[in-house]
Amino acid sequence: MKQYKFDTAVQLLKYKVLRSVVRHGFEDNLETCFYDIPKEVVPGKEATMRCCVYKERAIVEERVKMAMGGNPDNPNIIEVLDIACDECPVSSYMVSDSCRGCIAHRCVDACPVGAITVTDHRAHIDSSKCVECGRCAAVCPYSAISAHKRPCELSCKVKAISMDENKKASIDNEKCISCGSCVYQCPFGAIMDKSFILDAVKLLKQSALDGSRVYATVAPSVASQFGYAKLGQVISGLKQLGFSDVVEVALGADMVAYKEAQELVEKGFLTSSCCPAFVSYIEKSFPEMVPHISHNDSPMVELAKFIKKTDPTGKVVFIGPCTAKKAERLRGDIADYVDCVLTFEELQALFDGREIDITTLEETVLDNASFYGRIFARSGGLTGAVAQAVKELGVSPEEFALKAVSCDGIEQCRTALLKASKGVLAENFIEGMACVNGCIGGAGCLTHGPKDKTQVDKYGELAKEKSIKDAISVYSLGE
Amino acid sequence: MDIFVCIGSSCHLKGSYDIIQLLNERIRRDGLEDRVEVKGSFCLGHCTDGVSMRVGDTIVTGVSRENFDDKFEEYVLGALER
Repeated sequence: MKQYKFDTAVQLLKYKVLRSVVRHGFEDNLETCFYDIPKEVVPGKEATMRCCVYKERAIVEERVKMAMGGNPDNPNIIEVLDIACDECPVSSYMVSDSCRGCIAHRCVDACPVGAITVTDHRAHIDSSKCVECGRCAAVCPYSAISAHKRPCELSCKVKAISMDENKKASIDNEKCISCGSCVYQCPFGAIMDKSFILDAVKLLKQSALDGSRVYATVAPSVASQFGYAKLGQVISGLKQLGFSDVVEVALGADMVAYKEAQELVEKGFLTSSCCPAFVSYIEKSFPEMVPHISHNDSPMVELAKFIKKTDPTGKVVFIGPCTAKKAERLRGDIADYVDCVLTFEELQALFDGREIDITTLEETVLDNASFYGRIFARSGGLTGAVAQAVKELGVSPEEFALKAVSCDGIEQCRTALLKASKGVLAENFIEGMACVNGCIGGAGCLTHGPKDKTQVDKYGELAKEKSIKDAISVYSLGE
Repeated sequence: MDIFVCIGSSCHLKGSYDIIQLLNERIRRDGLEDRVEVKGSFCLGHCTDGVSMRVGDTIVTGVSRENFDDKFEEYVLGALER
């Protein structure tokens, strides 16, 4: 079998499960074959991941459930698979063998809560007192003190993950913004995003039966994905899957940039609303800033509404790098416009579940958006597009001067929001992207590489339309 | 009557926006605003034949700036007369 270039073996495992689910979904025998999938994915006889193949298969069974939509009683898109969680040992700050039990013991002096004692020529940290400030680690001349956190906790910048009484990872849904960072970072693959891939299978099967139209809307970060093939082959693959057309979400981004620029000029201060994890973060952690969130729909929703206007009975499937988009779909009336949300990982499983080798296909063109809509996929792109839209609107610098801060990752978002909430932010526009590097750093990406940004920019430059106004002139139909 | 102009990628690259503009101009000139409405449609499934549009139930392919008036007269005016 062809090995696709996933970043990690955990992604590969998840993909194998999804692929099996797709196959059986199309064959209409998922219910009868449900218990066969673990054996298909873990044929045995030797265990390669856990203590024995039986545990491996039991975990795969949980993954199959996630691939089929997960626990309906849990409103969060992101879930912990309890039996997959390896209960990583954790005691935050620890003293290593490098400790020489020195006389100065700066660590003891630096500790604000008296958690460190030196006995038997070695420092000891009382974890019940430790407040994890890190001052001891900073002052130790032997670098003998370091922080040990679970990868999931470390990855979760909104601090939604903790350990439950059984030492399993536990997600606080009140804090979680569904960014998927933990999904990508857990080395055991114990945290997963729910998949709605079977909804897509259902739509495509229905379409094959009655000719109903299903649109694939593809996020601009696609440019940095599927590196083993050409973008035009990905589009051909989508058409071969049965999608009646493939439309760039970047067109929705063009529409959003134009409206957002207008809103910004009118209101004077705004935060972006494109990244659903960022919006969720504001709502959960900075509720006082909610009135400043742009009232525009996200590019996904903007485009879906436009498609449904042109074809009210058509169905829209969004395909992107993002787990938070799955959560966004469940908000308000968005599900009326977006019928299904998939990640690039899931698209790969769809291709292979249908035995479509995209490298053998002719290329199909994809061109709906401008350069500016396309660069939304990377940090700074949204700001670039809004700046361009302000210019295209003919707003003079005297009327309104854009001063934007592009927040690359949720920690930078936090800093900007903190300043803004205290009224000391110098800028008048916050571009918030929960993932580092922007959407190309999303948890649903196949790969995350240093070249991704260049690829997005290159793809942007290929756009036929050079201005936002040109790209969104589809709006002026029938005028 | 509705005219759906294909704004899918392939037709977009071949100039569907030009055709939309020509349509709007011609409809205004002929005073047909009340009888004809121009709408957009994503792929009509005739990607190899130039810009496509659907006039009522008829798919018209290979529309260009050059042959626009002929196509308009044949298919749009033709359909209205029927």
